[in-house]
Amino acid sequence: MDLKPETLAEIEAAIPKYPEKQSAVMPLLHAIQKDQGTLTNEAAEWVAEKLGIAPINVLSVISFYPFFRQHQIGKRHIRVCRTLSCAMAGGAKVCDRMLKEFETELNGVSPDGEVTVEFAECLASCGSAPVMLVDEELHENLDEAKAKEICDKIKAEAKA
Amino acid sequence: MAIHPKEQRLILKYADEPGYTPSIDSYLEHGGYDMLKKAVTMEPQAIMDEVKKSTLRGRGGAGFPCGLKWSFVDRKSGKPIYLVCNCDESEPGTFKDRQIVHKDPHQLIEGMMISAFANNVAKSFIYIREEMPHGAKILDQAILEAKEKGFVGDNVLGSGYSCDIVVHRGAAAYICGEETGLIESLEGKRANPRIKPPYFPAVLGLYNCPTIVNNVETLCNAVHILDMGAEAFTKIGRPNNAGTRIWCVSGGVQRPGYYEVGEMTLGELVYDICGGPLPGRTIKAIIPGGSSMKILKNGERYTGKNPDGSEYDWGLEDIPLDYDGIAAAGSMSGSGGMMVLDDTVSIPGALANLMAFYSHESCGQCTPCREGSLWLKKITSRMVHEQARPEDVDLMLDVAGQIAGRTICAFGFAVAWPVQSYIAKFEDEFREYAARLSDPNADRQAIKELACNG
Ligand SMILES: Cc1cc2nc3c(=O)[nH]c(=O)nc-3n(C[C@H](O)[C@H](O)[C@H](O)COP(=O)(O)O)c2cc1C
Ligand code: SF4
Ligand code: FES
Repeated sequence: MDLKPETLAEIEAAIPKYPEKQSAVMPLLHAIQKDQGTLTNEAAEWVAEKLGIAPINVLSVISFYPFFRQHQIGKRHIRVCRTLSCAMAGGAKVCDRMLKEFETELNGVSPDGEVTVEFAECLASCGSAPVMLVDEELHENLDEAKAKEICDKIKAEAKA
Repeated sequence: MAIHPKEQRLILKYADEPGYTPSIDSYLEHGGYDMLKKAVTMEPQAIMDEVKKSTLRGRGGAGFPCGLKWSFVDRKSGKPIYLVCNCDESEPGTFKDRQIVHKDPHQLIEGMMISAFANNVAKSFIYIREEMPHGAKILDQAILEAKEKGFVGDNVLGSGYSCDIVVHRGAAAYICGEETGLIESLEGKRANPRIKPPYFPAVLGLYNCPTIVNNVETLCNAVHILDMGAEAFTKIGRPNNAGTRIWCVSGGVQRPGYYEVGEMTLGELVYDICGGPLPGRTIKAIIPGGSSMKILKNGERYTGKNPDGSEYDWGLEDIPLDYDGIAAAGSMSGSGGMMVLDDTVSIPGALANLMAFYSHESCGQCTPCREGSLWLKKITSRMVHEQARPEDVDLMLDVAGQIAGRTICAFGFAVAWPVQSYIAKFEDEFREYAARLSDPNADRQAIKELACNG
């Protein structure tokens, strides 16, 4: 495992926060996934060793939580809310627009490697539906035009 | 967001004030941490008594009396007591805890520290959903600031009492909002809810120690109960429904948003505050407390007997906007996440949308829930994408009936209630839908967009 120094520091800081080491599994996985983009079996073994638990206990966590993944995704992670309030406000069209702009399919990696577009479940922002997350940024009150603007911005940032 | 004159803001009092920031300075300038200062001079039991007297009920979903929950904590075991703030906020329709965390995090921290002190808590956690990364950072920063000032950590305000708060991030699983699933997740495992008994958190919670799990909004109320006193607190709202509530309104209204109110009717919220339906539309139904709650149909009369023997006969808009009012109308106020469905919304389409949610979010431990939610997704999805059949209604009721009450956690009800209540109230629409969409070549564009399931 070749982790950045700041990732290692984050990991060392997380473990003593908990009365029992195993509780640090999720923070460690968050840190490693941010660093590596994905959580390999090697990462699971590394975390297991670090926390003194069996690798299966780490793998079972990775496979349970939708945010943890064992595959690579595009450089930007786009999650469009699909749940009822967003759907009533036109979330499906927003998602379609994103897919078209990046010539990609749901959950795939766009041909230029820039993005992965996924559906998310209710993002707790239904009052400004429809919404989506681009990495850590929430975008609200979307429509197709706004979706297009966001795509253009991502594309411009990719070129820069 | 602009504050509506009909609102009564307690918890969100400063959140939307121009210039108010999540920093500790803003909070202190507005009297922040004064109640923690008061709390540490009180007997812990006196604080617990005050909360009990306030009749505060949980804002996370079930509406359980907070003081009673605290009184169940096993204080004789000698084990450390833990406090966990439930900031998973993943019940569809709900977006109130987000406002508190992003705009006034110190109020939550003060509420938690008061609650922790009252219950002699050894350590506290905030479980926040992964999809609120900024919220997690804001909380981390706020805890740091509060520690520097001696409000959190060792020897709080020189009282000799110590308690740390740790922010723990989820990873996009709805079931982490269920309190025992949350505890498993916090222990570093899959969020599989635990069976009660014996795993009542108050006795066998985090690390099998006594644990209090409370919602963000519930914990903030501790500050205001100490501030105004239990007696004054109970004067807001009807008896047994004390305090303000933050309602989250989304869907077919002119002004969706979050509104903190005292006693009022559902109609005052939806029509007066939220401006009613969009021009040219009418309200068809309301899901009052998050997507798991039973649907209320517009045009229907809600009748029954009050505890004092008198009778009530309400239209949808007359329903008292509180725990007991919505319960009397046959649903629950749940998490306060109100979804308004106008006349353009197809009920079978809405159901298909939600069944995709529930089948995705079942933790998979109980066969009725795991298999039943999947079948309900498959049936509703077929109705949208391929063909609707006359027998679907009975089939769905059959499947839902085998889930409710036969599972480890209340998620089972959350799957069954939408199915059962949508069919009970809108059976005609399901039958008409089956007749119209029995043809695989019928126009399905609008309903596909509503179901948004593939
Ligand atoms: C499936 C399911 C999901 C839940 N999600 C949440 C949630 O996101 N936030 C929350 O505070 N409570 C949620 N709850 C309720 C919690 O189990 C628990 O009752 C609550 O956090 C207790 O806090 P309170 O007494 O302050 O309301 C959920 C319950 C179930 C059954
Ligand atoms: S009811 Fe569903 S979510 Fe709850 S424990 Fe059973 S399978 Fe898991
Ligand atoms: S339904 Fe999309 S944010 Fe809640």
